[in-house]
Amino acid sequence: MKADVIIIGGGLQGLSTALHLGRRGVKSIVLEKESPGRHASGVNAGGLRQLNRHMAEIPLTVEAARMWKNIRELVDGDCDVVLRGQVRVAESDVQLKKLQARVDMLRAQGYEHEQIIDQETLYRLVPRLVEGCVGALYNPDDGSARPFHAATAFRHKAIALGAEIRSGVEVLGIEEGGDGWRVETSQGSFTAANVANCAGAWANRFASMLGEPVPLKPQAPTLMVTERLPHFLDLTVGAEGYQLSFKQMQNGTVIIGGAHLAKLDFEQEKSVIDFATLKTSAQTVTRFFPHMAQVRIVRTWAGIEGFMADGIPVIGKSAKAAGIFHAFGFSAHGFQLSPVVGRIMSELILDGKTDLPIEPFDIRRFQKTE
Amino acid sequence: MEHHELIVIGGGPAGLAAATAAAETGVQCLLLDEQGTPGGQIYRAVETIPEERARLLGPDYIYGRKLVDRFNASSATYLPGTSLWSLNSRREIGILRDGQASLMRADRIIIASGAMERPVPFPGWTLPGVMTAGAGQILLKSSGVVPKDGVVLAGVGPLLLLLGWQYLHAGVPIRGILDLSPYGNIWRSLPHLPGALMAHHYILKGLRYQMQLKMAGVKFYGGVSEFHAVGGDVLEAVEFTHRRGRKRIETELLLSHFGVIPDSHLSRCAGCEHYWDHSQLCWRPVTDEWDNSSIEGIAIVGDGSGIGGAVAARHAGRIAGFEAARALGYIDTKQRNEAAGKDQRWMHDDLRVRPFLEARFHPPAELLSGPPDETLVCRCEEVRAGEVRRAMHAGHRDANQVKFLTRCGMGPCQGRQCDNAVSQLVARELGDEKMISGGYRIRPPIRPLTIEQLAGLDVGDASQ
Ligand SMILES: Cc1cc2nc3c(=O)[nH]c(=O)nc-3n(C[C@H](O)[C@H](O)[C@H](O)COP(=O)(O)OP(=O)(O)OC[C@H]3O[C@@H](n4cnc5c(N)ncnc54)[C@H](O)[C@@H]3O)c2cc1C
Ligand SMILES: Cc1cc2nc3c(=O)[nH]c(=O)nc-3n(C[C@H](O)[C@H](O)[C@H](O)COP(=O)(O)OP(=O)(O)OC[C@H]3O[C@@H](n4cnc5c(N)ncnc54)[C@H](O)[C@@H]3O)c2cc1C
Repeated sequence: MKADVIIIGGGLQGLSTALHLGRRGVKSIVLEKESPGRHASGVNAGGLRQLNRHMAEIPLTVEAARMWKNIRELVDGDCDVVLRGQVRVAESDVQLKKLQARVDMLRAQGYEHEQIIDQETLYRLVPRLVEGCVGALYNPDDGSARPFHAATAFRHKAIALGAEIRSGVEVLGIEEGGDGWRVETSQGSFTAANVANCAGAWANRFASMLGEPVPLKPQAPTLMVTERLPHFLDLTVGAEGYQLSFKQMQNGTVIIGGAHLAKLDFEQEKSVIDFATLKTSAQTVTRFFPHMAQVRIVRTWAGIEGFMADGIPVIGKSAKAAGIFHAFGFSAHGFQLSPVVGRIMSELILDGKTDLPIEPFDIRRFQKTE
Repeated sequence: MEHHELIVIGGGPAGLAAATAAAETGVQCLLLDEQGTPGGQIYRAVETIPEERARLLGPDYIYGRKLVDRFNASSATYLPGTSLWSLNSRREIGILRDGQASLMRADRIIIASGAMERPVPFPGWTLPGVMTAGAGQILLKSSGVVPKDGVVLAGVGPLLLLLGWQYLHAGVPIRGILDLSPYGNIWRSLPHLPGALMAHHYILKGLRYQMQLKMAGVKFYGGVSEFHAVGGDVLEAVEFTHRRGRKRIETELLLSHFGVIPDSHLSRCAGCEHYWDHSQLCWRPVTDEWDNSSIEGIAIVGDGSGIGGAVAARHAGRIAGFEAARALGYIDTKQRNEAAGKDQRWMHDDLRVRPFLEARFHPPAELLSGPPDETLVCRCEEVRAGEVRRAMHAGHRDANQVKFLTRCGMGPCQGRQCDNAVSQLVARELGDEKMISGGYRIRPPIRPLTIEQLAGLDVGDASQ
């Protein structure tokens, strides 16, 4: 089977890449070992967060936020996007100063999307927050979407634009063939001039085959969801000094995250929830939202995600093999970036370059010692 | 983390027998159960029930006392009022007792969590006034509450008949018993009759119940189809097709029942392998002849591993108890085989009636996999059958994808109520083979746990 582009992995990065290629009339085949959205992309917390991102990601996250705001134009569906803002709460003046320093630095570089709010504004925005917090870092344009709905919408749109999505096809190897790349799979071989490695937590398998292994660690961040509650919160709440991500969904349930890790058996793709760790998560919740004490947890789960040693992804061309492109290692914050990552990948594949500054994500940052 | 040699989950006949057998060989054993007293579903409250009510429930019920006495005399530790909200493949469990959550670990675990009634989404099943027969029976056993103003019993399965008979003796006016099993079942069950006669007391008992009910003037309707519960805010009547005519019976209370299925949430939460049983129409754990699951050190016995009834559950419990004792080094293989031999034979004989019962009480396919589009499938998230079908036609090919997209099965009951129905809807739309792709993935907590309880979790020495 021949295609212009083969994409390994039917998560959001792979589907978004297929969608953007389709917009430019290029057909791709997405090979997914299970079903699209089965892993990180379908089960994440759906947080659309620009707030408090790594500096290298700021240009990408700002562009991605613009795309989420108009998501219907991109995928014909709303992905359940809600943009009501996000705060990072400070409990002390020292913490608030630290957040202020961040805002000053962003300002100096021309970014206005994050700001400091005072105590009064914070309690107006988050009335049920425990007393005594002093202020917060705030972005009014952040919010959330429903991940599985987003993955479904990206998939349908990619298909509508000509992409072919093959579920249950596991990629086993990549080799240089006569006219491009030969991709061996559990269902026969495929050839293409270009291959995009969007294999999430499994991506190092392919980077290694191509001679450029990376320090990618598969881990399993955990989420909890509560029973439905009467509406009490519009914003997504985080807290300086704590692993917390706290938001109320449209249906009243509260999703609690913060990248607390489950025990992962990567070989078997099985994770075991670590309740000793989630205990800390529950304590953080009752510290900031005491009224949640009697609320019942309905479900806990973990998703498998690839974490990079430096916390930012690999996005870009392979340094070792022409025609190979990488986008992986999103370290638990790649959902928000997915619309822009697909655009960047399509530009790299079709134009050889992109306008967005992706140097910090170059895979060569791990190859210096050679 | 508190550590035990053997933890048995569930104090019904299976769990009581397992714990007793293992403890009698010297195993250090802990049995925990949500209920306040031992007995499980069938012998619920058997130690504390007033004599008169116990007699009304019949001799099979009273037998439970023997089992409980022997368990009490053993060295096993009993932890009542304890619900288990998590079990993982490392044999760590999360329990909740008097509001305190804690984690425990065991070298071996025997799951004996029993059965639940098969939830079936028929039109009107969510109306107030519609309950399950099991719920009716629990009220009768635990507090002697019976419906004074009369009741309609409808569905499929022996428990319906048993409850009718128990109600008859308790003086409850029964407005009708509606048998929804297709007429064809009788013919399909006949080839299994000779085998079943090896355990003929079950069949005789059923016939006796039926005869006594008929003699008391209770109206039976057989071959009922297109069954609806109807009403505005509450149940007003049931409507159904009988002998090609449409009938209506006014009633404020309907008890429905469609057989029982293993309560497989614990074993699925742990990650044990399961398969779809076409005869029992439910998910069952994969087990070997000693009831070991696919996970090392976890055995599943009794109705939780496949519906066999209380007698088979008791034997299976003993067999697994001896196997645990062997695995823990208290007896050798030969001693285990000897000790379990009789139970294996008795269980085998007792189970001979099952193929007949399963054929006789096979619920109609239409009822299970074909609810009308408007019928609620998931009560918690209010998802209707039509939405499930639409999700499948939009390319979501298994129960979990349907769940992700529609939220069905994501409410407080964690899919206990809609899991089977969705599995069957998916199977019908996609062809039976797809059933193999599995039901919902079950996530802890499988019993309610509050944020405060989790925040106060006793992890003991977590460094281990
Ligand atoms: C619990 C959790 C919460 C999160 N919360 C947020 C959040 O709030 N906000 C945010 O921005 N981000 C969040 N993230 C991160 C985000 O989900 C991920 O960064 C993003 O989904 C990554 O997308 P992906 O396409 O790279 O990976 P995935 O979705 O994992 O896709 C990779 C796919 O590749 C397939 N694959 C792998 N190997 C092969 C092979 N050999 N052959 C074929 N296919 C293969 C896999 O099956 C998988 O489907 C969270 C992640 C988790 C786990
Ligand atoms: C509603 C109902 C009524 C029934 N009535 C009869 C009847 O009258 N006569 C008859 O012959 N058969 C009856 N049956 C079938 C009967 O339950 C079984 O044949 C028999 O009791 C099976 O024994 P068991 O030990 O496998 O399970 P059970 O007797 O069901 O025992 C399981 C025990 O596990 C406990 N448990 C389950 N999950 C947890 C958890 N997470 N944490 C803590 N404890 C837990 C339960 O509290 C229960 O005590 C009934 C079944 C149901 C569902």
